[in-house]
Amino acid sequence: SNPFEVKVNRQKFNILGRKTKNDVGLPGVSRSKAIRKRTQTLLKEYKERGKTNVFKDKRFGEYDTKISPEEKMIRRFALERQKNYGKKNIYNLNEDEELTHYGQSLAEIEKLNDIVDSDSDTEEKGTLSAELTASHFGGGGGLLRKKASSGQQDEEEKPKSRKELIEEMIAKSKQEKQERQNRRESALELTEKLDNDWKEIHTLIARKPPKSERKDKEVEKPKPDEYDMIVRELGFEMKAKPSERMKTEEELAKEEQARLQKLEADRLRRMRGIDEEANKKKPSHVSADDLADGFILDKDDRCLLSYKDGKINLENEDKEEKDNEEEEEEEGGKEDDESEEESEQESANENEEDGAADSHSDLESDLESEEEAAGNKEQKKHKINENESQNVEELDPKMKAATSELPYMFAVPESFEIFKSLLAGRTVEQQLTILERIQKCNHPSLAVGNKAKLEKLVGFLLDYIGELATLDLPELRTIDKLVLPLYNLCQMFPEAASDSIKFILREAAHDMEEVIEVKGRATFPGLDTLIYLKITSLLFPTSDFWHPVVTPAFIYMSQLLTKCRITTLQDVIKGLFICCLFLEYVSFSRRFVPELINFLLGVLHISLPKKQAQGYTVVHPFTPVGKNLELLLVCDKQDLESWQKQHLPLSTVTALKETSRTEMNHIRLSCIALCFDLIKKCAALYESLPSFHEIMHPIRILLMQHVPVNEYPEKLQEWYQSALKELETKEKHYTPLVCEKKKPVPLKQYTPKIVKVLEFGRKQAGSKKEQERKQLIQRHKRELKGAIREIRKDNQFLARTQLSEIMERDSARKRKVKELLGSLATQEGEWKAMKRKKGKT
Amino acid sequence: QLPTGLYKKVLVILHDSILPYMNEPTLMMDFLTVAYGIGGAISLLALNGLFILIHQHNLEYPDFYKKLYSLLDPSIYHVKYRARFFHLADLFLSSSHLPAYLVAAFIKRLSRLALTAPPDSLLMVIPFICNLFRRHPACKVLVHRPNGPEDMSEDPYIMEEEEPSESRALESSLWEIQSLQNHYHPDVAKAAAILNQSLSEIEDDISGLLELSAYELFDKEVTKKAVDVPLEFEQVRGLFGKKNDIFAEHFTLD
Repeated sequence: SNPFEVKVNRQKFNILGRKTKNDVGLPGVSRSKAIRKRTQTLLKEYKERGKTNVFKDKRFGEYDTKISPEEKMIRRFALERQKNYGKKNIYNLNEDEELTHYGQSLAEIEKLNDIVDSDSDTEEKGTLSAELTASHFGGGGGLLRKKASSGQQDEEEKPKSRKELIEEMIAKSKQEKQERQNRRESALELTEKLDNDWKEIHTLIARKPPKSERKDKEVEKPKPDEYDMIVRELGFEMKAKPSERMKTEEELAKEEQARLQKLEADRLRRMRGIDEEANKKKPSHVSADDLADGFILDKDDRCLLSYKDGKINLENEDKEEKDNEEEEEEEGGKEDDESEEESEQESANENEEDGAADSHSDLESDLESEEEAAGNKEQKKHKINENESQNVEELDPKMKAATSELPYMFAVPESFEIFKSLLAGRTVEQQLTILERIQKCNHPSLAVGNKAKLEKLVGFLLDYIGELATLDLPELRTIDKLVLPLYNLCQMFPEAASDSIKFILREAAHDMEEVIEVKGRATFPGLDTLIYLKITSLLFPTSDFWHPVVTPAFIYMSQLLTKCRITTLQDVIKGLFICCLFLEYVSFSRRFVPELINFLLGVLHISLPKKQAQGYTVVHPFTPVGKNLELLLVCDKQDLESWQKQHLPLSTVTALKETSRTEMNHIRLSCIALCFDLIKKCAALYESLPSFHEIMHPIRILLMQHVPVNEYPEKLQEWYQSALKELETKEKHYTPLVCEKKKPVPLKQYTPKIVKVLEFGRKQAGSKKEQERKQLIQRHKRELKGAIREIRKDNQFLARTQLSEIMERDSARKRKVKELLGSLATQEGEWKAMKRKKGKT
Repeated sequence: QLPTGLYKKVLVILHDSILPYMNEPTLMMDFLTVAYGIGGAISLLALNGLFILIHQHNLEYPDFYKKLYSLLDPSIYHVKYRARFFHLADLFLSSSHLPAYLVAAFIKRLSRLALTAPPDSLLMVIPFICNLFRRHPACKVLVHRPNGPEDMSEDPYIMEEEEPSESRALESSLWEIQSLQNHYHPDVAKAAAILNQSLSEIEDDISGLLELSAYELFDKEVTKKAVDVPLEFEQVRGLFGKKNDIFAEHFTLD
C-alpha cells in the first residue's frame, strides 16, 4: 500500500524469539473502518434518538430461511383463509369456495387456456402443447409461471439450482443403496434356501459322501510338518511366569505387623492433629481396608502356601476349598433340595471337626495370613463365632436346621418397619445371618443402586439398636452381637455411618437444648444414647485431634456431665457410665477432660455426710448445699458388711427395680468403688500434665480429709487405697515455661534473585493459580482501557456530527437570510426606481 | 434485706433501668456495696451498678480489685451471668496503669480455675488471658521465663491467698494453660497453644465469645463437612469387647 499511510513502531532493541504483532499499523485504513462502523451503528442510533416507533414486519415467515418459498406461500394462504373464516362476504351469493389450482382460480386458467390454444394452434394442430398438459395435469413445479416465458422454455430445461442438483444426487445415491441392499438380501435368501435344500439332500445321502469329502480335503491339505507343529506349539505356549515367592510364616507375621504399625502411625499423626491439611489432600484413608470389602466376590482365589515347622501348610487350602463349596452353595441360592442341605450340613460339620482338631493353628494362621481374602476372613471369623457359641450353648442341631430354613436371598429393606419385621421373632444368630446375607446379596459391586440401599441399612441397624436399648428390658446381649455387622457396614460405608451417628447425636443434643430452654435444666438421656456413644467409640478412632463424629460426641458428653441434674441413683450410674466413656475416649490420646474430674468429685461429694468445712468446691451440676446431697451415702452397717463388689447391670439405668434397701445400698457402694477406680485411672492418665496436682487437688483433699474410710468395707477400702496411692505417688515437678523461639527474620539481601526462565515473554513467578489471576487482571485492565478509548472515540464522533449539523443549520440560515435580504434589496431598488421614474415624470 | 430471687432481679436491671433515671444515683451506693459484699452471684450482679457509680459518679471503692479477685471461684465459669461478669472484668482490667502483680494474680487465678471449666468458657477465657498479656507485657514472665530455676518442686502461686499482692503470681508460670493444650476439644487445644508462641500485637475481640454456649459449639462441630472419615481399625468383638475395656470391669450387659 501507500508507504505514506504506513506507520512503523520502531523497536528499541531487537529481541530474538519475540513475536511482534504491532510493529506496522495502517492508521488511515483503521480510522476509516472505525468511522464506517460508527456511521452504521452509532449514527443510526443518534438519528433515531427521538423516535420511539419501530417498524415491524409481520409477514409470515419473511425472515425464516428454513421454510421453502412454496411452503411459505401455502402457509400464508392458510393463514389468510383462517382469518377470513367465518366472516361472510355479504356480496358473495354462492357460499362455495372458489376452486383454485396453485392459487389461481380455475375459471381464470380456463380463460387463459383458451388464449393459449388459439396461439399455439398455429404451429402444431391436433396435438396438445406441453404447456397445456402441464397446466392441466399439474406436471410442473413452477407456481405462477408466466404465460409468456413458458412459451419459450420448458420446466425440465430450466437450469437447475445447485441445491436441487445436490438433492437429486442424494436421492439417486440413496436409491442405489437401497437397490444394492435388496440385491444382497435376495442373494442371502437364495443361499439360505440352497443350504436348506442341500441339507435335505445331505440327509438322504448321508452315509457315503463324507468319506470321499474327507479324502478330498486330506489331499488338498498337505500334512503339516512335525517340526513346524512343534515350533508353533512352542510359540503359542504360555511362557512360564515367575510366581510370587511363597511366604514363610514369619514373613506373613511381619507383614501383618507392618500393616498394624502403619495404621498405628496414622492414628498417632491424626491424634496430634499436626498435618491436618496434608492429610486432607491424601486420598481417603481407610483404616482396615482389608475388611472394607467383606465379601466373597472380591475374593482372591489363589490359595497361599505357608510353611509351618518346615512342612507346607495344606490345611489352609483344604479349608478354603470347603469354604468355596459352601459359598457356592450359599450363593447358588434358592435350591432347597434336601440333599444339598444335607451335604451342606455335612460339610459344615466337617469343618467344625476340622476346627476342633486344630483350631489353634487355624486361628493363628487366620490372624497372620493377611493376604487371605477379606471375605474369607470374615466368614471364618463368623464361623468361629458360631463355633464358640455352639460350644457354649450346645444348641447345635436345632440352630442349624433353623438357620438353613432362612431364605438365602434378601432384598435390602426399604423402610425401618420392614427391616424390623424382618428381624422380628428371630434369634440373635438368625438375625446375624440375615444381616450377613443382606449384605452379601446386595454387595455394591453387584448392582448400581446397592450402595445407597446398604447405606440406608446402616441407619436402620442403628435405629434398631436404639429400639432394643429403649425396651423395658433392654436386649443388650443382642446389641452386643449386632455391633459386629454394624462395624462391617461401617467399614464399607464410613460416610453413611458417620452421617447417621451424627444425625442421632444432633437429635439428642437438640432435645437436650430444648429441655434446657423450657425447664432450665436437663435430665440424662436414655440408655440408647449411652449405647450410641459407646458404639461411636467402637466404630471410630477416638484419639484423633479432630474427628467429624467423635468431636461432637465429646462435646455432647461434656454437656451431659455439666448440664444434667443428678436427682436419682440412676442419674449417678448414667453419669458414671459417661465418665467411663470419656476415659475410654481419651485413654489413648490422654487428653484432658475437666468435666470428668468435676463429676467424679461431685459424685464423691454426694456420698459424704453433710458437713460445713470443705476445702474444695464442687461445680455445676453439683451444689455444695441442696437436697441431692447424701444420695450415695450409706449408713447401714449390715449393708456395709455384706457388700461384694459387683458389676453394675446396665438395665438398672432404664428401670431401677424396686429392690430392697440393701440392694440399693450395694449399688451405691459399687458406684463409689467405680468412682475410686476411675480416679485411679484418671491419675494414671493425667500424670504427665504439668498441673496434675492442681487438677487433682480437690479430689485429693476430699479423699484424704472427708471420706469416712474406716466405715467402708474392706474391699472398698482397697479400692480407696489404690486410688489414693496413685494420686500420692506422683512427684511434683515444675519447669518454668519458655516461649518457642521466634524464627529470626532474615536480613534483606542484595544479591539478585535468580529465577529460571523457561519461556520468554511470560512471567514465571507464582503458582499456576497466581499466574492465572495475574493474567485475568491484566486482561481486565486491557479491556477496560480499550473500552474507555472506544467510548472516547464515540463521543468524538458524536460531537463531530453534532458540530457539522449545527454548521449546516447555520449556513442554511445564513443563506436564507441572504436570500431574503437580497430579495428585499431588489424590491427596494425597484421601488426606488419607480419613485425616480415618477419624479422624472 | 430482700429475698434472693428479687435481689437478683433488681440487680440485673439496675444498671440500665434504674440508675439512669435517678436524680442522685449515689444514693444506691450503700445498697450496692452491701450487695457486692454478699458474695456469689449477687456480688457478680452488683458489679455492674457499682461500675457505673465508680465510673460516672466518682465513687471511691477501697480494695475494689481485691474484692474482684476474691470473686473468682470455680463457679464463675458455670453461672448464667458469666458473659456479663467477663465483660465487666475485661473493662476493669483494660487499664494499663494496673500493677503487674495484680494482673498476674488475676491471670493465674483465672487459669487455675479454668482447669474445671467447660469448653465454651475455655474458648472465651483463653483469648481473655491473651488480651491481658498484650495489655500488660510485664506479665509475660508467666509464659516466658528463660533464666528461671530449672526445676521447682512447688508452684509458687498461692491459691488460697486473698491479697493479690501476696499471691506470688509473678514467680509462677502458666502450667495450667500448658495442661489445657491437651484438652479434648480441638479448638481449646489450639487456643491454648497460641501462648506457646510470642503473641501478636493486636488484641482478640472476645465480645463474640462471651455468649458462646455449649450447644453452639456442638452445632458448629456437627455441621462441619469432613472430607473423609477415619475409621477404627481394630476389629470389634462386642459392645464391651475392647482391650482393657473399662466397662467390662464395672458393668454387665444384663
